[in-house]
Amino acid sequence: MAELLKRLTEVGGVSGDEGRVRQLIRQEVSPFVDEVYTDRMGNLIAYKKGKGSGKKVMLCAHMDEVGFIITGIGEDGMLKFKVVGGIDPRVLVSKRVLVGEKGHAGVLGIKAIHLQEPEEREHAVKVKQMYIDIGAVSKEEASQAVKPGDYVVFDSKYVEFGDNKVKAKALDDRAGCAAIIELIKQEQRYGFDLYACFSVQEEVGLRGAEVLGYSINPDIAIVVEGTTCSDVPGVDEHLYTTLMGKGPAITIMDGSSYANKELVGMLVNTAKNEGIPFQFKKGASGGNDAGRIHLARKGVKAATVSIPCRYIHSPSSVMDLDDYKNTITLISAFLKGCEL
Amino acid sequence: MMKELLKKLTEVYGPSGNEEVIRDVIRQEIEGFVDEMRVDTLGNLIAIRRGRGKKVMLAAHMDQIGFMVTHIDEKGFLRFTRVGGISVGNSINRRVIFKNGVTGVISYEGEITDIRDIKFERMYIDIGASGQQQAESMVSIGDVAVYHSTFSENSGRYVGKAMDDRAGCALLIETAKRLQSSPHEIYFVFTVQEELGVRGAKTAAYALDPDIGIAVDVTLTGDTPKSRPMAVKLGGGPAIKVRDVSMLAHPRVRSLMVSRAQEAGIPYQMEILETGGTDAGAIHLTREGIPSGVLSIPCRYVHSDSEMVDASDMENGVKLMLHILEGEIEI
Repeated sequence: MAELLKRLTEVGGVSGDEGRVRQLIRQEVSPFVDEVYTDRMGNLIAYKKGKGSGKKVMLCAHMDEVGFIITGIGEDGMLKFKVVGGIDPRVLVSKRVLVGEKGHAGVLGIKAIHLQEPEEREHAVKVKQMYIDIGAVSKEEASQAVKPGDYVVFDSKYVEFGDNKVKAKALDDRAGCAAIIELIKQEQRYGFDLYACFSVQEEVGLRGAEVLGYSINPDIAIVVEGTTCSDVPGVDEHLYTTLMGKGPAITIMDGSSYANKELVGMLVNTAKNEGIPFQFKKGASGGNDAGRIHLARKGVKAATVSIPCRYIHSPSSVMDLDDYKNTITLISAFLKGCEL
Repeated sequence: MMKELLKKLTEVYGPSGNEEVIRDVIRQEIEGFVDEMRVDTLGNLIAIRRGRGKKVMLAAHMDQIGFMVTHIDEKGFLRFTRVGGISVGNSINRRVIFKNGVTGVISYEGEITDIRDIKFERMYIDIGASGQQQAESMVSIGDVAVYHSTFSENSGRYVGKAMDDRAGCALLIETAKRLQSSPHEIYFVFTVQEELGVRGAKTAAYALDPDIGIAVDVTLTGDTPKSRPMAVKLGGGPAIKVRDVSMLAHPRVRSLMVSRAQEAGIPYQMEILETGGTDAGAIHLTREGIPSGVLSIPCRYVHSDSEMVDASDMENGVKLMLHILEGEIEI
């Protein structure tokens, strides 16, 4: 189980460049489903026929992660870049990155503190002050290794540590991808047809999910997310979005959707009946693929189950493995009890 | 008659995502005046009057803005997040009410020196609970409160919460009740989650695939002391939308509305709204595109617990809608 998480989080897949993640997932799920295909946007859909009703249940996790894209190469061989998705610029300085398909090692650089003007030191670093250093000494040399348009990901290994915790990049939303893969591997066939969807470009505006909602047009949809967890020093308890180790977080409302109350009720009852810990996600900012899926065509009943992840959108997100396992257990029990 | 209906509708609970109660009230009101009714996946109420002419979608949203409980502390105070466009200034020290009748007061941590510094994260709802346990017996995480205020009238001006957009709902219900004959197939759609981003209208329009769409919603006015300039005033008649942030009204729908008003001698005003949008913003972009417009009801103090509309604007709005529906529609 952890081995899958390791492979999924260590592969690069910035929004628009999900090919390697897609390939990995395709290999994982192929033996367990009736059909696997990629749509025009690049979404991967794994289809598992059910035993009867013909009703459609969609599970969705996004393959893409936040990262960077190379926009130019300076005469000094330093790379200019833009951020893809939402990243707090303050987490960037001195982080290691991998550039381009071949994964050239690089560092996010900035001029040293003693060279900064007093005013610069007072303010948080801005992205435009930074560059990526791949060790090249000239534009010519750098151009042999990378080109504008190349994607850049954080260079970060999957590490298990502490009390059943893991640290990795891209837990948002490879944790969701891994959870859905584990669900597919359960040999269960349901009364309904299962569409396990792995979407593209969630981090740049829920784009893959928009066409998935339209093409799959499911009866119900469950989005599986790695979501923010702010139970850390300096934050008032009422502002914790989720708590680590307290189980999967069920969304009531976020910035992109009001979860279907019938589904939320079913999820809560399933958790209570099965003795699975759960929590409600607090706060209503942000959004996820459910925001697009629930508005597809005539409307879709949709809900979100999330795995709390601290330091999301950074090279080192932290997740509790029990939360991860309980998320799988909850959705599995929900699907088994789901009669359409 | 409209007054009683408006009082009834504005006093019913129905924040975005929780439109069940208001939907039932509207359903009872319109029952018998349409041929069929259904509720769709998102919760929109679709009331259909069958006909052979144009398919006309009329939309007014049922939902109102509110406050969702996110946290209950050990002393029994509630923290909340906004459901729709709640503003700080309209909320401090206001009373709110939950679906189950529990009432609360909205307040703020510490003293207020400058209202511009206030963050929602520092505001709370006091429901008078003596502690966490008692509070949890009264409300739950995810429950939504709405403004708690009563309906009142002075000389043809109505004041109450949720005029946005129960005034629109009342206008459509009244239209359905008074409509004698129309060649058209008319969809009276009472939408959900408009305040969260015109969501209900999007799926309803897709399902109905109408020839023309008209949203009925409130709009702002420019007729109060030092208000932002806007050529819409209370009592000046229903406003015919030219544009807002979400759409440019289709010129033929706009001119249809203008010419029907002129033919019938109904006062009207043209509306250009610089903030906000309506269900028509979602409707007009559906499928291959749907010619759409908006019939607006001028309203002061929108998104507060005391929104004000004018009785004659409501009455003239119904008349204009009836004139539109009774004649031929060329789009």
